[in-house]
Amino acid sequence: MAIFEAILELADDHLVLGHRISEWCGHAPMLEEDLAMPNMALDLIGTSRTLYDHAGKLEGKGQSEDDLAYLRGEREYRNCLLVERPNEDFAHTMLRSLYFAAFMRPYWLKTLEMTNDETVRGVAGKAEKEMAYHIRHAGEWVIRLGDGTEESAARMRDAVAALHIYTDELFESSPAAAEAERAGVLPVRADLRAAWDEVIGQVFAEAFLEAPEVPYPQTGGRKGLHGEGLGHLLAEMQSVYRAHPGATW
Amino acid sequence: MYSQGLIGADGSTTETQEFLDAFQKRIDAEEKIEPTDAMPEGYRRTLVRQIGQHAHSEIVGMLPEGNWITRAPSLRRKAALLAKVQDEGGHGLYLYSAAETLGVSREQMTEELHSGKAKYSSIFNYPTLTWADIGIIGWLVDGAAIMNQIPLCRCSFGPYARAMIRVCKEESFHQRQGYEIVMTLAQGTPEQKAMAQDALNRWWWPSIMMFGPHDADSQHSDQSMAWKIKRFSNDELRQKFIDATVPQAEYLGLTIPDPDLKWNEEKQGYDHGRIDWDEFWRVVKGHGPMARDRIKDRKAAWDNGAWVREAALAHAEKRRTRKMAAE
Repeated sequence: MAIFEAILELADDHLVLGHRISEWCGHAPMLEEDLAMPNMALDLIGTSRTLYDHAGKLEGKGQSEDDLAYLRGEREYRNCLLVERPNEDFAHTMLRSLYFAAFMRPYWLKTLEMTNDETVRGVAGKAEKEMAYHIRHAGEWVIRLGDGTEESAARMRDAVAALHIYTDELFESSPAAAEAERAGVLPVRADLRAAWDEVIGQVFAEAFLEAPEVPYPQTGGRKGLHGEGLGHLLAEMQSVYRAHPGATW
Repeated sequence: MYSQGLIGADGSTTETQEFLDAFQKRIDAEEKIEPTDAMPEGYRRTLVRQIGQHAHSEIVGMLPEGNWITRAPSLRRKAALLAKVQDEGGHGLYLYSAAETLGVSREQMTEELHSGKAKYSSIFNYPTLTWADIGIIGWLVDGAAIMNQIPLCRCSFGPYARAMIRVCKEESFHQRQGYEIVMTLAQGTPEQKAMAQDALNRWWWPSIMMFGPHDADSQHSDQSMAWKIKRFSNDELRQKFIDATVPQAEYLGLTIPDPDLKWNEEKQGYDHGRIDWDEFWRVVKGHGPMARDRIKDRKAAWDNGAWVREAALAHAEKRRTRKMAAE
């Protein structure tokens, strides 16, 4: 059961971030980004699908990927707070992706080395490459905006101030995740700090940004204690599915 | 969509008869015209207008379908819809690039879209009200677009014809995907079937209007036919579309909302009821239900993104200066 929950946490992270990024589709600052955003959303949602499917099988109660995605409410979602933060502007959106991908890339690389779960290994092999690309795409934008115009630099600093407080949660393992780590399924989150710091440090140096001290990190997502935005996100996402119980789409 | 691209097109030229004859000879020999070739100004203008309107249609077309990405009722449908909307954006990008080979910039075309000077397919000025609309759009709207665009793969202008080959492959995939969505609904619960029928009722007439006015009322077709920009008339394409679509609707158990639709043994095709051309022209002229919202959304995306584009340029300039200083 703990491993089911730990996989669900990962799946929720990917679906919720994919959903947020998909909100940009058709509204991006330039056509090239209107193509890039759905690509990144597709990577994340694709990963979430395999993880939900796997979680459902581990649980053994016959829950499909859609049951898990569409029939749980905000208190049952287990994503970290970073991924549910609203898009705000392009600076916030790119920084949020950078923070997440800079964590997930070493996470999946480590998974490839250690996991004893073949499905998780398969996900890691694919997702590691995608996260490398997300780091590159989002990182280049953080640099362009941080070292662009006065306005873009100010917006980038605002984004750092708004989002950095959510990054500590990435390195925390819930009791379920800790059990999956002990069982050799998932890597230890706290061990990935150095790899994350290195990527963020490099990008921030080129972007003229500073990582702030965070005396009071915001956490709670793994316990289902979310911000107010997640309920709206889920209400929208689940509306059609819930309006037609049992229907096939 | 392309038929609408020709509405108001001005194909007039001032070149000498000798030049026009030589150009026509190349067209008649089925030679492809390339961007650096000499071409009548009217030919260039007609293509810029048509390709630009086609590109704008793809870009504006991302909005009605994008409206359902966040609510798609399964993760599989969500992923497929994201990929589809991304394809439409990609079509827009190739098409803007094809138009740019004729000496007009993407920025210029974007400004013309935002100011209302350039048009886009009137179909996208209707709202997507339920999930079934996503299936019906794939089936009918992309289906109609394919009928229009397959002949464009043989268009005399090389870059447009080549872009259309890839676009048609993707559109044909979209159409099958849309049909599969509708089939799932038609075989689903009574509510799902009703949702599919309602969407068909709303999209049928706008879809057959996509082929443009009847041939007798289409002013600019002759020159475009002669230049092989256009290869079939509006009515020919509309007929092909209807003949292909009616059996598909029958298979699904859905009713096409045209009481006058009936098989005509003599012409081996369907006769259809009267198209409401008042509605068509009203929507083409910018009075469709979603016209204001579509342009408002596109302008908002552009205006809100201005600081991002400026920052990217400023950063590129800084890099260039630093690189020069270091050398």
